Amino acid sequence: MSKETKILDSVIIRFAGDSGDGMQIAGSQFTLTTAAMGNDLSTFPDYPAEIRAPAGTLYGVSGFQVNFGSSEINTPGDYCDVLIAMNAAALKVNLRSLIAGGIIIANTDGFNDKNLKLAGYAENPLTNDSLKSYQLFSADVTKLTTLALQDLNLSIKIVERTKNFFALGMTYWMFNRSLDQTIRFIEDKFKKKPEIINANIRVLKAGWNFAETTEIFAIRYDVKPAKLPKGKYRNINGNTATALGFVAAAEKSKLELFLGSYPITPASEILHELSYFKNFGVKTFQAEDEIAGIASAIGASFGGSLAITTTSGPGVALKTEAIGLAVMTELPLVIINVQRGGPSTGLPTKTEQADLLQAVYGRNGEAPVPVIAASTPGDCFYMAYEASRIALKYMTPVFLLTDGYLANGSEPWLIPDPNSLKEIPVHFVKENENFIPYKRDDSTLARQWAIPGTAGHEHRIGGIEKADGSGNISYDPENHEKMIKLRAAKIDGIANDIPLAEIDGAKQGDLLVIGWGGTYGAIKTAVDQKQAEGKSVSHLHLKYIFPFQKNIGEILSGFKNILVPELNNGQLIKILRSNFLVPAIGLNKIQGLPFKSSEIANKIDEILGA
Amino acid sequence: MNTLIEEVVNKIQSSEKKYTAKDFSSDQDVRWCPGCGDYSILAQVQRVMPDFNVPKEKIVFVSGIGCSSRFPYYMNTYGFHSIHGRATAIASGLKIARPDLMVWIVTGDGDALSIGGNHFIHLLRRNLDVNILLFNNQIYGLTKGQYSPTSEFGKITKSTPFGSVDNPFNPVALALGSSGTFVARTLDRDPKHMQNIIKRAAEHKGTSFVEIYQNCNVFNDGAFFQFTEKETKSESVIFLEHGKPLIFGINKDKGIRLDGFTPKVVSLTDGKYSESDLMVHNEKDSTLAFILANMTYNEELPRPVGVFQNIDRPIYENEVEKQIQFSKNKLGKGELEKILNSGETWEIA
Repeated sequence: MSKETKILDSVIIRFAGDSGDGMQIAGSQFTLTTAAMGNDLSTFPDYPAEIRAPAGTLYGVSGFQVNFGSSEINTPGDYCDVLIAMNAAALKVNLRSLIAGGIIIANTDGFNDKNLKLAGYAENPLTNDSLKSYQLFSADVTKLTTLALQDLNLSIKIVERTKNFFALGMTYWMFNRSLDQTIRFIEDKFKKKPEIINANIRVLKAGWNFAETTEIFAIRYDVKPAKLPKGKYRNINGNTATALGFVAAAEKSKLELFLGSYPITPASEILHELSYFKNFGVKTFQAEDEIAGIASAIGASFGGSLAITTTSGPGVALKTEAIGLAVMTELPLVIINVQRGGPSTGLPTKTEQADLLQAVYGRNGEAPVPVIAASTPGDCFYMAYEASRIALKYMTPVFLLTDGYLANGSEPWLIPDPNSLKEIPVHFVKENENFIPYKRDDSTLARQWAIPGTAGHEHRIGGIEKADGSGNISYDPENHEKMIKLRAAKIDGIANDIPLAEIDGAKQGDLLVIGWGGTYGAIKTAVDQKQAEGKSVSHLHLKYIFPFQKNIGEILSGFKNILVPELNNGQLIKILRSNFLVPAIGLNKIQGLPFKSSEIANKIDEILGA
Repeated sequence: MNTLIEEVVNKIQSSEKKYTAKDFSSDQDVRWCPGCGDYSILAQVQRVMPDFNVPKEKIVFVSGIGCSSRFPYYMNTYGFHSIHGRATAIASGLKIARPDLMVWIVTGDGDALSIGGNHFIHLLRRNLDVNILLFNNQIYGLTKGQYSPTSEFGKITKSTPFGSVDNPFNPVALALGSSGTFVARTLDRDPKHMQNIIKRAAEHKGTSFVEIYQNCNVFNDGAFFQFTEKETKSESVIFLEHGKPLIFGINKDKGIRLDGFTPKVVSLTDGKYSESDLMVHNEKDSTLAFILANMTYNEELPRPVGVFQNIDRPIYENEVEKQIQFSKNKLGKGELEKILNSGETWEIA
């Protein structure tokens, strides 16, 4: 039987099931296969806050969305085209994310009476016509999986666990994907258990064959490779990229990397990742609390390490006093805030951008700290590297802001050549050189760095105001004011040492959309779409928030309207208004969820007229 | 250590140079109140420093906030006067990053036990090879006279005009309870004893904790005079010596005998007990150390002074270095190219 193949430009698939159904594995396998086939893509894993939620419940549903295409993909997508629902709860939770007329692949075995009751369905939606506005494909995945394995004498538990590969196999057939990558994955993951390898591969192929032969599926789809820049790629999420960025910065500055950290969602993965890199000399210290996390990093910095501390908003609150100490002692340090919903404990597993004002202003006294932000998962690597460069060159703590969406989301990443990364020059004052603790470099205003162990340069630093030059304790009124101005001038001067901002679109026009951080993809998608429609709209995405790049004021002056979409109640917009006195318009979403690009597109229409 | 550090740091751990106490005195004016017990501690520390033969550039004093925490400014070594309560955490990071350094923490009863209590117990538990000198004056001096976590119950201070209703910490018992490997107590007005204890603390491999009874002559004058002044000292203090029976008294005529687990004062002259009946101090015995520590606020018993416990446990930073070496031996020195290219990769031609 020959089946029709339709070519699509892009497709969004959402795998959804119980936490125990292996949806994250199915999703990430589909992602890797699709990436290797040359599509651009973006993913959004969405799992419950409960570690092992009871089976079949609405709050136990785990989802993984992947958006892939033959042209540039910048977000995981607003609504999915295809929903794979392994049980009734997964359908119930995710149906609102499915486009009208979209495809549902349902595991009928996950819609038994118990499942229906837990999901709150009075009757089975697969059989009562309630889904008739969608293309519904029902398959008894559990039964088919069991049949595929019946001669292997495996336990029911093992058989149950392979059913995600049946669903994956069907999806591979439907979207014309190769099974090779996943077969390699299975062989590698279970290499000590040949019977499991055999079972999983057999089920994967059974899913494919079922879709190929059954008459349920009449059409298959193909998404041709995207035109991505040449080179070697891998899939990367923001936390991994952040960790790798710091390892790279330590190598390129010839320093040891020291991480002082206390576990906190969604930042802990950076601690996990870095704790593996012991053969790089990386030292990770899981401290007793957030304060000790940063305090230990300050101690390591005093000793000559590239010192960092990772956390999320509540942790930053606890570290605040110590950040001031690093400002006063002018020691290099990077504070990474993987932002989550706040205030207080807030929404630990959900994303938000509400710690910007905390980063820019949240300290006692005049304590300027550079603030930079990553815009995509892969960009976290480069911004971690950049944060390290600024901290070491200017002898200052630096804030690197990422967020839960970047931390857990992934994208294909063009792997950088380590040789292409610029060295980060660091100078420790040597024994035979002159040393005055607070003597400053003329161009950067950074103070000298002499580390313990260097003979002849024994000196004391601390949190009490320093005399200009000597660094001795000083309560002199004029000196205090002078030091405040010097520390401010040092940080302001960083503006001369960062690239000018680049704008996506025309330099003048009716509307400029300004974003920062993880909203990059959603804003870009919306602006691209509106530009294609002929609208006079451009996009500026800020990576440097304090200090701003030098040309921001000039860019702003070229536009009649300014729109600032943020996942907070209006924070960047306050800074923009106070710096540039512009009448910017805010678009604020504070639901713990990323922007849909359509939300931004609609706002653009509202401002410019549809 | 990485290359850049190696370029500047003196690798020699033991100095050929013969220092004197004066070499450890910085150019800064000492600004404690006249008559403060801190002067004696500074003098004793400067006096014993030359004995360690450690190049002075390899010595770091880290402090928090409080009168005692001005200490690093007066030592001509590397120093870090940090923020309230965090000296222990800062010193931990420094020592892990730089195991080659000799790290001293100078702190007070408020700094270590109140605002810094958490870091204090965790440092002792981890057993980094650092030395803690806790200046206990049972009062907040720098903030001008509020009660501290070691002030006695009922203490009348500026913030407790009707007397404190807080139960005081016993720093030695807290250190023992936090698995401290070296736990000692000494007196600001007994220079010889203090020098000896500081030397032993420095020699110990692992975290050394020394509580120093320190007189604040402005806000809590005489808090320890019973234990430090000639008239009462012999009858009120028992000096702990490893392997020796616990004897005290102006005529060495009293001892401590264990009645079950309870220490009791017995006379050596009434014919009932002799030296062989007394408790013998053993620094390696953690059970005895707790019994001795708990004598602290018991007014019927003399106050123990000396080394309560001196035992060995793995040292944190050594274990960290071991893992790094193991990993380097097993995987080879880290290569950036390798980790950037880890996991599934694919080529776009």
